[in-house]
Amino acid sequence: MYVAAKGGERAIDNAHRLLAHERRGDRSVPDITLAQISEQLTLGVDRVMNEGSLYDRELAALAIKQARGDLIEAIFLLRAYRTTLARFGASEPIDTGKMLAVRRVSATFKDLPGGQILGPTFDYTHRLLDPELCTRVPEKPVRARVETTEMPRVTELLAQDDLIERSPPPREDASVGDLTQDPLDFPADRDLRLQNLARGDEGFLLALGYSTQRGYGRNHPFAGEIRIGEVEVWFAPEDVGFDIPIGHLTMTECQTINQFRGTETEAPKFTRGYGLGFGQCERKAMAMALVDRALRARELGEDVVAPAQDEEFVLSHSDNVQATGFVEHLKLPHYVDFQAELGLVRRMRAEFEAAAPQPEMREAAE
Amino acid sequence: MSERTYNFAYLDEQTKRMIRRAILKAVAVPGYQVPFASREMPMPYGWGTGGVQVTAAVLGPNDVLKVIDQGSDDTTNAVSIRKFFAKTAGVRTTTRTEEATVIQTRHRVPEQSLSEKQILVFQVPIPEPLRFLEPRETETRRMHALAEYGVMHVKLYEDIAHHGHIATAYAYPASVAGRYVMDPSPIPKFDNPKLDNCAALQLFGAGREKRIYAIPPHTKVVSLDFEDHPFERYRHDAPCALCGATDSFLDEVITDDRGSRMFVCSDSDYCERRREAGSTPQSATAEAPHA
Repeated sequence: MYVAAKGGERAIDNAHRLLAHERRGDRSVPDITLAQISEQLTLGVDRVMNEGSLYDRELAALAIKQARGDLIEAIFLLRAYRTTLARFGASEPIDTGKMLAVRRVSATFKDLPGGQILGPTFDYTHRLLDPELCTRVPEKPVRARVETTEMPRVTELLAQDDLIERSPPPREDASVGDLTQDPLDFPADRDLRLQNLARGDEGFLLALGYSTQRGYGRNHPFAGEIRIGEVEVWFAPEDVGFDIPIGHLTMTECQTINQFRGTETEAPKFTRGYGLGFGQCERKAMAMALVDRALRARELGEDVVAPAQDEEFVLSHSDNVQATGFVEHLKLPHYVDFQAELGLVRRMRAEFEAAAPQPEMREAAE
Repeated sequence: MSERTYNFAYLDEQTKRMIRRAILKAVAVPGYQVPFASREMPMPYGWGTGGVQVTAAVLGPNDVLKVIDQGSDDTTNAVSIRKFFAKTAGVRTTTRTEEATVIQTRHRVPEQSLSEKQILVFQVPIPEPLRFLEPRETETRRMHALAEYGVMHVKLYEDIAHHGHIATAYAYPASVAGRYVMDPSPIPKFDNPKLDNCAALQLFGAGREKRIYAIPPHTKVVSLDFEDHPFERYRHDAPCALCGATDSFLDEVITDDRGSRMFVCSDSDYCERRREAGSTPQSATAEAPHA
């Protein structure tokens, strides 16, 4: 005999207990520390800070540990914490031109003021699994003579000759858009678009950026410059009246240089795509720049024909916390909807069978 | 971080004020989807973050909360949300429909009619009734502004042309106060008539989509239909196997691997109350069949 299921509460408690046990894994293996995650799974921590929109290595490491290494789950944990924090103001815009760069490459000029700096990159490693990694202590890095040369942005060098569109001048009175405080409205301004992309899923942006390269909204990109390094954050508290430095961030910035054929009133010139993120996140920043440029189609009078150019499509589906929630909610009970559909399908089948022509009476074969 | 680091009912007062403003606007313009700055909640999108935010914004310390999912108080997600508010707000919870002042629901409207003293909060996945006909928000907002609902009638007409009847079994669109067409959330269309002239305030929260809308008490809600194809409710043609009810929405339960099945009330509180009052499967035959 069927009895309505009871005891959901105990089932949930026990499931959580089992989860905690599984998270710990084999208890003879030492427990992983947050410092180990933060120091040795650095790029995972960077990704969680980026898409979690919170620059805090320790909390990101905790989230990764709590999420058993599931980065989207970790991003969700960080976001749900971030949303409870008080907002006391917006910092001054960071100046990536004054970045202390550990890496800076340009694909458009062989050499340029400030030079090319490879930095800690996988780019020219051979992807051969290295069993010695488990035992060998790496050598100390080589130190270069420190030269404090200016490192102007490539796009600024081009702008001097008017070959690339200029950055719009900053407006002193402009308020900072924030899609976590106001619901996103379409068409969205570029600040909100960039915020959405910066929080957006790396895999989603990567695939969209890739699609532009394969012809779905092609925008002829060059990696004008990628730089990674530390920038200072300045803040002007209202009661102090002047800017004070409140800390520093490691950031990755990518500026792409893209073609623009010009219009009847405008000479042909290069255009820009922009990507920026916390930590070392080169793939994300590059994909973001490609998608940013694709989303500028409307502004630049280009035909909107491809998914990556479609603002509503991109911005509505980039958030992996939203996406994973809605996809995974399918595992919640849907008995009621399903029963209603089942009744409908049964009715339609009955009608179909009633309407079907009667099979002709077959004569007995023998 | 202990529980006390969070405000009453989890959300900070600033956020609650923002949500209450959206609710007031929603009540003032029945059926209109009010955008609001939905927060990331400590449960995933799709688990009822919109409903939870609305409940958190309307809940006071003296409220009595009931949470149902699929009509039942004992489904895991209903248990989880009830626990969340018991913990963060310390409010009294109940499974009795008439005892509750706030009822949060996913996919059902309780069988028992509600009173002026109650608020029914729906969890909504996709608030836009036109979404599957027109994927663009910019376009659907324009269609609502112009009350341009012809496309919805065409869809329902095409259903009739193809199938002989309207092939929408849940989330059946309804017109509110003669103006906005709304998605009643994925309740079975069996529940649609309960929305009409309901004494309780009905609030709809969609967290991921950042929308709130409302049906104020005693508002006219009309399920879309045609004169020659009037709106029809649907329920399985059987009495409840536990309490014998012939007027409640039923869940089909498969009881073995040979196709045996039985039907039981989806509203667990309604079913329990009837059994307490002595109703049995046998008493079903004595009652008038469901109209």
